Amino acid sequence: MNSQLLIGYTARDTFLNRLSGSTKLIGFVALSIIGMVTYDTRFLLGVLLISLILFHFSKIKYHEVAFVLQVIVAFAILNLVMVYVFAPSYGITIYGTHHMILGSPDHYFNLSWEQLFYEFNLLLKYIFAVPLALIFLMTTNPSEFAASLNKIGVSYRISYSVAIALRYIPDVQNDYRTISLAQQARGYEISRKAKLMTRAKGAVQIIMPLILSSLDRIEIISQAMELRRFGHNKKRTWYMAQPFKRNDYLALIIIVLIVLIGIALFKVNGGRFWNPFK
Amino acid sequence: MNNKNQSSNSIRTVVATGIGAAVIFVLMKFVAIPTGIPNTQFNVAEGFLALLAALYGPVAGGLAVFIGHSLNDFVTYGSPWWTWVITDGLVGVALGLIKNRLNVTGGTVKTMKLVWFNLYQIVVNFVAWVLIAPTGDVLVYHEPAAKVYLQGVTSWIVNSVSVAIIGTILIVLYSRTRAQHGSLKKEK
Repeated sequence: MNSQLLIGYTARDTFLNRLSGSTKLIGFVALSIIGMVTYDTRFLLGVLLISLILFHFSKIKYHEVAFVLQVIVAFAILNLVMVYVFAPSYGITIYGTHHMILGSPDHYFNLSWEQLFYEFNLLLKYIFAVPLALIFLMTTNPSEFAASLNKIGVSYRISYSVAIALRYIPDVQNDYRTISLAQQARGYEISRKAKLMTRAKGAVQIIMPLILSSLDRIEIISQAMELRRFGHNKKRTWYMAQPFKRNDYLALIIIVLIVLIGIALFKVNGGRFWNPFK
Repeated sequence: MNNKNQSSNSIRTVVATGIGAAVIFVLMKFVAIPTGIPNTQFNVAEGFLALLAALYGPVAGGLAVFIGHSLNDFVTYGSPWWTWVITDGLVGVALGLIKNRLNVTGGTVKTMKLVWFNLYQIVVNFVAWVLIAPTGDVLVYHEPAAKVYLQGVTSWIVNSVSVAIIGTILIVLYSRTRAQHGSLKKEK
């Protein structure tokens, strides 16, 4: 269980850590949206390369993220297999030509270069943002993250909700673990050895106290915040807010350039797909 | 007086969103049963979402699941799958819209209301997971329709079941702890 929780912020002395949270947030969102829409292999490879280089500079060690990466790759492969099973000639439909490896386009199951190419693009789309997301998560202080959400125009109430969520996830996790151990000590079996129904009942016995204690927590925190006059003014300042520096503007210019290249490629390709088969 | 109540309600919404998102995140991470189809799980979180939305309304419900789901996607898949995250947010909003109708804080919820609530949530989940989410995937991500609609239908079923069982149990249990509206009588 612990291995899943290791993703988190630690102070590292790199230029990525010193960039303001707003810059990293804008960069991540902008790149993930453009990457979500485009199917241009060259562009996706380029962004993946840049994010891998950034990942190298972020001084994040591979073993810190190994577990998460394995899960991501496993899910990506499962998805690709599923895409193939459900639409083995989707690539041919998209690219309009067929260069067969196995079988013929008349059969349901066939293998074409177009399909392989399409699935390769999908794989790139699944993974190109992963290094960026890891960098973003592991180099941005959660408190600064809320401040930067507010800075890019999200209302401060919503930013504060995000801050509360990030602040209380470890607490809720601890509660979950404590309740789970207590209920197991009372004899509720939730491990794989038990039957499905027994496990489900055990899960309910854990969830009930967790949810009821969380509802109590909502009351306590909102009363504390009300006593401290939260929401009294239209604006609020953030202790962790960082002003933009020279590097932030540089980074933003580079991000805008990458996004513009992505948009320009739509024009060049005459659509979202880059077609090397023509 | 009225004004004061409003401000404390909005603080409660902010806190409910934050804590709700944290609980949804933990539930999605630790209490999810895979269905065998990639990226679709039986999520206890959807049942909790029903209670959260019924208690704190559409804004808290929608935002909490939006934040919780995207954080979970972040640490599980590396980056949020935006179409599904947004759809989940819409489900939270839709479930929150019946806050006043269901009136969980006003004492035990009657059986008829529960039946009505369940029909409503099945329709909401149908619109969200069978219509909106897969269509978004086809348009935005250009995934093959057959695959995403299968994922959509599976999610519709497991999410409806989750709300029907866990959501209903939670709502009934919670409402029982509240004093029945009009249960006090003036002594003569």
